[in-house]
Amino acid sequence: MNTKRQFMDGLIHQNPVLVQLLGMCSTLAITTSFFNGLGMGVAVLIILTLSNIIISLLRKIIPDEVRIACFIVVIAGFVTCVDLLLKAFVPALSESLGVFIPLIVVNCIILGRAESFASKNGLGRSALDGIFQGIGYTIVLIIMCVFREFLGAGKFGGGLLGGGGLGAAPGIAIFPEEYGLAVLTLPVGGFLTLGVLIAAMQWGLAKAKKKEAK
Amino acid sequence: MSITSLLAISLGAILTNNFIFSQFLGVCPFLGVSKKIDTAVGMGGAVTFVMALASAFCFFINKVLVALNLEFMQTVAFILVVASLVQFVEMFLKKAIPTLYTALGVYLPLITTNCAVLGVALLNVQNNYNFIESVVYGITGGLGFLLAIFLFAAVREQTEFSETPKAFEGFPIALITSGLIALAFMGFSGLKVW
Repeated sequence: MNTKRQFMDGLIHQNPVLVQLLGMCSTLAITTSFFNGLGMGVAVLIILTLSNIIISLLRKIIPDEVRIACFIVVIAGFVTCVDLLLKAFVPALSESLGVFIPLIVVNCIILGRAESFASKNGLGRSALDGIFQGIGYTIVLIIMCVFREFLGAGKFGGGLLGGGGLGAAPGIAIFPEEYGLAVLTLPVGGFLTLGVLIAAMQWGLAKAKKKEAK
Repeated sequence: MSITSLLAISLGAILTNNFIFSQFLGVCPFLGVSKKIDTAVGMGGAVTFVMALASAFCFFINKVLVALNLEFMQTVAFILVVASLVQFVEMFLKKAIPTLYTALGVYLPLITTNCAVLGVALLNVQNNYNFIESVVYGITGGLGFLLAIFLFAAVREQTEFSETPKAFEGFPIALITSGLIALAFMGFSGLKVW
């Protein structure tokens, strides 16, 4: 398996959200503004990479029977670090993501990659896997955010662009808010948007397969 | 604290702020274990039980952590409590009620990574609930999960037989369905207890 293939796997063929269907809770919950999506994506990317590195280093030492508990402790350690760092340096992000930062511990992407990849592969491969899967996750979050923000409230880059400081920035208005589909910014919109995105992914993958078969 | 405040907590946890449809906690098992009504109800029951126990235990653990000035260890401590609780429930059921144990099967250990369980422990601390409020929030949150997964499984059993566009087969249509149920649950959002 080469690096380019691994990269494409993380991004498309084995995308953690759209193909492996992991980490649904955070994907649905926090994709209401561009700022949230980017912040959550980067936080998960960092934690995933670090935990993959440590777990691949420890994979020969950890006994098989208690491996899940060990993985969870490693992950929880890194999540706590990121939580504290965010509270100290980016309090706006910590505020708007709320309980979903500590809940990264039970994000199935991280435990899933630890179990299915890092506990079987060497250090370099596992680190790369963490980065690529993290990028795949971040991109899906950003697509969801842009989609929901644009169609729901008629703006782009909420919390990040348009002045007013991190987290409080209103975003760049593209069309007046009252013309938007407000339902997309509500929890309902999360389910609908993700459903349509996964359907688009299935359609695209099936089409690519057909082309290959020809 | 009074009966009304407990009632308000319960109503919020079950209907207005349903764990799945408005807080997005526990969506993974909700989507994964909802193909059949029986297993869905079994999962909902087990989650309710673990959530009640977890909110009770984590309340005391949090008191200890605060006393020792170790609040930053919350996440690590809570997840360990949840993991060992699930292990304990598993052993207990295996010995005491083997029929329920075999019915739940592989879903039991999965409760550890259910974010509703860790979420309820963290939310209890965030909302500054006392012991009784925490336990009530845990139980009713679990009941809300049970209600959601039961409704969803009932609808999903029907959609299995209906024709869907090819790209929407499987997961996407399940997500759209739950979106529509969430829309129905939004109807509760004005509900209040005085």
